Amino acid sequence: MPWNEPGDKDRDPWSGGNRNDGPPDLDEALRKLSNRIGGIFGGKKGGDLPGGGGAGLTIIAVLLIIVWLASGVYIVGAGEKGVVFRFGAFHAVSEPGPHWHLPYPIESREIVNFTQVRDTQHRSMLLTKDENIIDIELAVQYRVKSAEDYLINVRLPDATMRDVADTAISQIVGQNTMDFILGEGRSVIVTRTKDQIQMMLDNYRIGLEVLSVNLQQAQPPEPVQGAFDDAIKAREDENRFRNEAEAYANSIVPQARGEAARIEAESSAYRERVIAEAEGDATRFSKLRTEYEKAPEVTRQRLYLETVERVLGDSSQVLVDVENGNSLMYLPLEKMMQGAAATQMPSQNFSPITSQQPSRSSTPARSSTRMDTREAR
Amino acid sequence: MNIKVMGIGVLLLMIVTALSTFTIDQRETAILFRLGEIKRTNLEPGLHFKVPFVNNVRFYSTQIMNFSSPPERFLTGEKKNVIVNFFVKWRISDVEAYFKATRGIETNAQSRLSQIIKDGLRNEFSERTVQETVAVEREEITTKIIESANVITADLGIEVVDVRMSQISLPDEVSGSVYDRMRAERDRVAKDFRARGKEAAERIRAEADKTRTVILAEAYRDAEKIRGEGDARAAEIYAEAYNRNPEFYSFYRSLEAYRNSFNSREDVILMDGDSEFFRYFRESKPQ
Repeated sequence: MPWNEPGDKDRDPWSGGNRNDGPPDLDEALRKLSNRIGGIFGGKKGGDLPGGGGAGLTIIAVLLIIVWLASGVYIVGAGEKGVVFRFGAFHAVSEPGPHWHLPYPIESREIVNFTQVRDTQHRSMLLTKDENIIDIELAVQYRVKSAEDYLINVRLPDATMRDVADTAISQIVGQNTMDFILGEGRSVIVTRTKDQIQMMLDNYRIGLEVLSVNLQQAQPPEPVQGAFDDAIKAREDENRFRNEAEAYANSIVPQARGEAARIEAESSAYRERVIAEAEGDATRFSKLRTEYEKAPEVTRQRLYLETVERVLGDSSQVLVDVENGNSLMYLPLEKMMQGAAATQMPSQNFSPITSQQPSRSSTPARSSTRMDTREAR
Repeated sequence: MNIKVMGIGVLLLMIVTALSTFTIDQRETAILFRLGEIKRTNLEPGLHFKVPFVNNVRFYSTQIMNFSSPPERFLTGEKKNVIVNFFVKWRISDVEAYFKATRGIETNAQSRLSQIIKDGLRNEFSERTVQETVAVEREEITTKIIESANVITADLGIEVVDVRMSQISLPDEVSGSVYDRMRAERDRVAKDFRARGKEAAERIRAEADKTRTVILAEAYRDAEKIRGEGDARAAEIYAEAYNRNPEFYSFYRSLEAYRNSFNSREDVILMDGDSEFFRYFRESKPQ
């Protein structure tokens, strides 16, 4: 058993008494030093002193001792902790501020940064539960939780952290499907990875604490990226098709309603019109009838003649077939039809024929075969 | 001369002390040998004494150490290859056994350890499918391996603290076909989305067309009804007026019809000379 085992203080000369007073060796050394200095500069005070060479050696020895003792002074900065080892064994943890430990080879110190956020980042191709491959980049922020655990328990704690992070993400990704990881599952993955990492770290008593875990990247691997993008585009297309159809529906239905309104309005208009016309016609007829009944013969005659006059006056040709036969009228049908087909200036074309008719009709020109048909009637 | 003697004394004392003491770091343990023979083991961290030149000391780490394997190929139950990266966290539990088994050389220990873990993994993988190893039973595999490994490594003075598979992946040639499958799968999803979009669009359009047709047909129905009402009313009015004197109506209406029928200059009218109109064309005497 080592004689400086904790609990065996009596046998430990370096922790005897109050450490803040400094070791007794130091006081003694200082007293001796002042004596020597007094001896050199104060003349014959210590008359039995040996030669000057001896005094020089003493000074050097004393200076060496001072330097040796001063090497135990150290400062623990804000956000740091010092860990002191005595003869290699863990002795104490010191808080921020100036400190002194017994110099080498008795005690040694290591200073650990507590607040510094460390991080590790790693990208890998991982297998999902449904045997797809996914490209994941994980970043883990962590810091030291316990300085002595961090220094003592695990060799290469930061490298271990990296392995642990890889393992955790690989495991969590392996337990989930790709769609879940790429979609709604992101935050779940992050939380579970964080828990898994912390659990493993605590198992090693590594003295580290995970602050945050980030999925910097979670995407399908490069070779299938195009297909994935297309699937996302397809989802947009689905919506687009829908919206286009909605737009179509929104345009044609109101249009049809408008058209229906027009049809109804037109029909109403028709109804009003035919009724009004009927009323007009009826009223007119009634008025005329009243007069007609007063003098039927004359009115009838007048109406007849007026009408025939109008009708014949508006037409370009009038043929009169006389039953007696000798006064037939010639009808140049061929010319008329040509003229009608030409239709350039019908009224001018036809007028000379009309004017000729009376004279021709009086001549007995029977050469035309068409007249035969007339006769036959 | 006093000081010189003292100095020499101190120096000698320091040399003797340096030769007869040793310290053990918190992170280490040591074996004390006497003339090559193990004298004491499991020495605690701190200051220790030895007899110069008779005793010598070897130091061994008590930290958890790491062994990371290079990627290793394993065959699963369905005869598929997987590539596994694993690491082992181990520490020396019995320094005497460790020294005897490995001569205290860490690389020896690691290669023994690697062999044991690899055998364990090979067995576990051969009993499972890829899916099981990746998804479900990772934890179980490692737990079993830690247990079985510790039985063997106890003889080596080694404690296996943890075994973890940091990555399970597929060989490159298999990855290619996985990518093909993923691509096909995405194509299917994409086609599905588009087809569903078209389906929905077609439904919406058809519904709209239907609505339009119905609206127009109903409008037609209503319109014809209204027209009919108009026609009926008009007929009623006409009948009422014309019934007063049907004979005159037929005369009057005929005249109107003549007027309306022959109203173009191109009309050709053929008339009988005996008609009433030409009565006076032939003779002026009253009949």
